[in-house]
Order: sequence, then C-alpha cells, then structure tokens
Amino acid sequence: MTLSVNTLFFASYRDLVGVSELVVDLSDGSTVGDLVATLRARGAPWDALPEEPAVAVNQTYAFLDEPLDSGDEVAFIPPVAGG
Amino acid sequence: MSSRVVHCSVGPDVILPSDVLARVGADEDGAALLFVGVVRNHADGRPVSGMRYDAYVDMARKELAVIADEAAERLGTKRVAVEHRTGELSIGDVSVAIAVSSPHRAESFDAARYVIEEIKKRLPVWKREHYEDGSGGWVEGTIPPGTGRGALVQPDAERGP
Repeated sequence: MTLSVNTLFFASYRDLVGVSELVVDLSDGSTVGDLVATLRARGAPWDALPEEPAVAVNQTYAFLDEPLDSGDEVAFIPPVAGG
Repeated sequence: MSSRVVHCSVGPDVILPSDVLARVGADEDGAALLFVGVVRNHADGRPVSGMRYDAYVDMARKELAVIADEAAERLGTKRVAVEHRTGELSIGDVSVAIAVSSPHRAESFDAARYVIEEIKKRLPVWKREHYEDGSGGWVEGTIPPGTGRGALVQPDAERGP
C-alpha cells in the first residue's frame, strides 16, 4: 500500500530543486522524515536539501517524526525572512 | 468601536499605514502604536535596488492570525491590525504595517514588538534582494523555532552574502 502527498517548495529550495510542487508516493506509515530521505535519495540537486528541514504539514509546522496521510500537503520551509 | 482582532492580511495589495492604524483604537484606549517596515536601499553594505517577497500565502495568513491572537493577550485588548505585503517592492515601499491600541502605552509597545519579532521568526515569507549591480540573492533567514535545520547541504552559489 502506498500513500501520496503533495510537496511544496519555496524560495531558495524551489530554486534548488526547480519545481514548486511535486506529488510523491510513499509506503504506508511513512513520516515526514521518510519523505525527506526519499527526496534526498534522488541525488543531485535533491541531496542538497537539508537532512532536517523545517516542514509544515497541512500548513502547520511539524516535526520529522510526524506520520503522513494520503493527500497531506507537505511544505519545505527555508529559513524565513518576513518583515 | 473595535473590540476584536480587526484585521490580518498577507498579499500583493499596497499597504496604507494610516488605514491600518485607523482599524484600531477605542474610547478606552490612551495609546495607539503603528509600526511600519520599509524596504531600504542597502544590505550588509551593499546597495539594494528593490526586493521581492514570496510567501506560502495560505499558511502565512493562518500563522499571522495566530501571532495577532498571541499579541492580543499581551495587549489586554484585541485591537491588533497587521498587513504583510508580497511581490515586487521598490525602495521606500511598505512591506509590513502593525497597529495596536490599549488603555496604557506599555502593553501597546510590548505587543507591537512581539508581532514584528514573531513575524521574523516564523511567518513563512522570504525575500530576495535585487542589488544595484543586477544580481540578486535570498536574504538569509531564521529557522522557525522547534523545527529542523534549514541550511542547504551544499551552499547555493547564487545566494547573497
């Protein structure tokens, strides 16, 4: 069984990976950390993403051990610079 | 007069600070404060010609509302109005405006400071500086508290100082 999440990339992360949005299939029971590892395993340029990025799941900041559900929106959040 | 958190917005519309200030205030308030963030023409000694603000807009709107609620608790009133702009801005353009009001000044100063500091710590917004020499770079940001370590593993060659 797999689950499918919609990942979002912003600012310097988007410049790095070249896309702002990507659907990723993961095995059931996967966590945010598993998603990060899956993406980094694609090789360059994905392996330049941080091992422990700030991430938001469904628009709330989340830790790497947070379990994912199919349809979740997972945003990779570069260091923020508002104001 | 106003009695709740009156206003929070993140988007491309031009910010009119006097309009933001006009959203707070009440007969019982002896203090009203307006903080305005403005695009300046230099960064780390380098001339800057403009700035682009990107945002994770849907999340930023929610997070800004949470920050405003937290400020309201400090304020002792719920009179908080905040606007954050996105898109291409020129030197002198207003990027953020925060207005608060309360019966006494201490709470207003504390709450306005809280809002701008929390915006810088956790609002999912990024800015790209355009330099006078035609190059550009993302402003080095802050990793939101309680989250990961956000630095790219290999430094982005285009990244500014």
